[in-house]
Amino acid sequence: MSTNMAIKTEARPRNFQSWFMGKLLMGMTWPEYLRSLLTPFNIVAAIILCVGLPLIVMRFVFGLYMVTEASNDYPWGLFLGWGLFGGVPLSATGFVMATAYYIFGYKRYHPLLRLAVLAGFLGYLFAVVYLLNDLGRPWRIYYPMIIGFGTQSVLFLVAWHVALYLTVQFIEFSPAMLEWLRSQRVRKWAVMVTIGMTIAGIILSTLHQSALGAMYLLVPGKLHPLWYSPYIWVFFLCSSIYAALAMVIVVSTLSIRFLKKRTDETFRESLPTLTLGLGQGAAVGMFVYFVFKIIGIAHGNNWGLLNTPYGYWFLVELIGFVLVPMLLFTYGVKKQSVGVVRFAAFYAVVGIIVNRLNVSIIALNWLLPHHLEDIIPGWKETMVVFAIVTIHILIFRWILNRMPVLHADPEYESH
Amino acid sequence: MTKEAKQPADSPLDEKKNEEKKDPGLQMNRRVFLGTAGAIGGTLLLGRPGKSFAAEDFEGYPNSFGLLTDLTACVGCRSCERACNKVNGLPAPDKPFDDVSVFEEKRRPTEKAYTVVNRYENPNDKSKPIYRKIQCNHCKEPACLTSCPIHAYSKTPEGAVKYNPDLCFGCRYCMTACPFYIPAYNYWSALEPRIQKCTMCYPRIKEGKMTGCAEACPVGAITFGKREELIKIARERIDNNPGKYVNHIYGEHEVGGTNWIYIAGIPFEQLGFPTNLPKTPLIEETKGFLTSVPIVLTAWPALFGTIYAALRHREEFDKEEKEKEEKEKGEVKK
Repeated sequence: MSTNMAIKTEARPRNFQSWFMGKLLMGMTWPEYLRSLLTPFNIVAAIILCVGLPLIVMRFVFGLYMVTEASNDYPWGLFLGWGLFGGVPLSATGFVMATAYYIFGYKRYHPLLRLAVLAGFLGYLFAVVYLLNDLGRPWRIYYPMIIGFGTQSVLFLVAWHVALYLTVQFIEFSPAMLEWLRSQRVRKWAVMVTIGMTIAGIILSTLHQSALGAMYLLVPGKLHPLWYSPYIWVFFLCSSIYAALAMVIVVSTLSIRFLKKRTDETFRESLPTLTLGLGQGAAVGMFVYFVFKIIGIAHGNNWGLLNTPYGYWFLVELIGFVLVPMLLFTYGVKKQSVGVVRFAAFYAVVGIIVNRLNVSIIALNWLLPHHLEDIIPGWKETMVVFAIVTIHILIFRWILNRMPVLHADPEYESH
Repeated sequence: MTKEAKQPADSPLDEKKNEEKKDPGLQMNRRVFLGTAGAIGGTLLLGRPGKSFAAEDFEGYPNSFGLLTDLTACVGCRSCERACNKVNGLPAPDKPFDDVSVFEEKRRPTEKAYTVVNRYENPNDKSKPIYRKIQCNHCKEPACLTSCPIHAYSKTPEGAVKYNPDLCFGCRYCMTACPFYIPAYNYWSALEPRIQKCTMCYPRIKEGKMTGCAEACPVGAITFGKREELIKIARERIDNNPGKYVNHIYGEHEVGGTNWIYIAGIPFEQLGFPTNLPKTPLIEETKGFLTSVPIVLTAWPALFGTIYAALRHREEFDKEEKEKEEKEKGEVKK
């Protein structure tokens, strides 16, 4: 709270540089700031980065083979399975909460709105970071936009939509940045386009969340029939919505646990009620998804496959990671237990990752000999993922510590 | 717009008829069409003018070349591997081409070998193993081409599926999409990694020659020719040699047909061929999804805009009602 006061008193900067440094260091002096960084979490993060960052450099200097286990049979590994296919549904937070708030009128969720948009924006940004690590020639990332239009490709759709949506989310989050930088005029412009950006967000999100699933429509011979379905794009879209609700609970729980001093009273007081509301939404979303998955089995008439090793794993995913967290959400909401709902949210998020890893890695190429041995990721690939996750968290925290996300800026009453 | 949204007519039964009638130039348009539907996602928002494309099914180029591998004739000499290596200027293999120890494991085409021959046990006669040559099958409507977001792949009228490294950014979706596990990637190159696979000796075909492997085969197991002719030859061989072949030309219909086709003496699934593939091109699987894209683009703004407007309307209405009530109450009190 003290930082807020500091910002308020120096709203009109005389010396831009010292004003700006004050913003970056949160009103502390350099020695103070550096000392404040010495926490157990930061030390662990530093160790991970000390191993991970050199590996990322090696990947670009020596090529993909240096750090990844990618092969001719397994072109995609953790970078895409975890980072893109797992990361994007968990980043639906911005689109789901902005739609709920601006379009459907769930005005009580205002305290969580910016947090959800920020989580979405950073999630997409880092999905692109994983992609840049995985692309053979990442400096050509703009090729689908300018050089060649592979318009028949679902990936073309994904590329365009992720690029456009990243821009949309940046604009959606920009009021927070502009308030932090005290740029009144630009902020006004950014706020004016909110509804337009929200609707653009709905279009782009529904299309590319589903398109990520539709990418696997091309592999009927490679993806296990229990996961391959003409409905796979419906599964992806549908699960991304409850993933977003669960993720908002997760991120807000972590925020109130670790960054309580950045939250304001409104945030703290409304959070339990809002968490229960989000849990209720997630339960409904999971129920819809669960029914769709059952329809998927029925449509392919794959009941018999359930009694096979892959079938058991499928049931673990469907019952263990969808049905059980769904029932937990329902129980938590019924008993008004924020703790149970929060636990269910973490559980559901893990379930989403399990599903996306199943589609992109575990159930894909299931017919290849030695499949289950060949998909075990190498330590270098895993370390790079850890490093990127760490950078993701650090940037998230950096923003939450500085910009008006968990608290309203006293000078801007409503956003 | 209406043209783009139109569903292409499916007529798998008229396949042959269409094949003769269609002009190859027009046929390519259909794959372009489908994607256009998808492309609107990007292009509409940027205001790029939409083009109208004919919605047709692409049944393959009628006069394209193909190859027929007769697995009952192959003796596993690996002459084709050697010829392929030479024609494509590939690096020397780890084990020489006359080393039969390579048969101890099942190999796949790589960036160093565009074709490989694998050995399979013959269930009918253990002393006569069966050899299977693997390389790009040059699908009539290739999944690699369908998957590529930058159009780095093209299907030439001659039948070859060509890849252009200058357009590739290395997403490797083509490798995931290929139902036959063919495209290979040179992961060790930091600056110029690219897909490498059989080109059907496209430069040689252009010169009027046959492929390197077909020319090198000492036992005539690989026949080069027009695909339509090869289908007839394959059919004749099956019909004229009762009991020698299984009654299946692999590649005649798999994933919509491939330009490289096979006949064999034992069922193809025992020879490592994927036998769980649909008979239609894999692009058909994504068609429904891509067709729905323009619907979302067009309808969503109206739908969600209306929901937004409806709620605002309700808010205003309630406010007015409340004001009216309060006014009335006030008048009553007076």
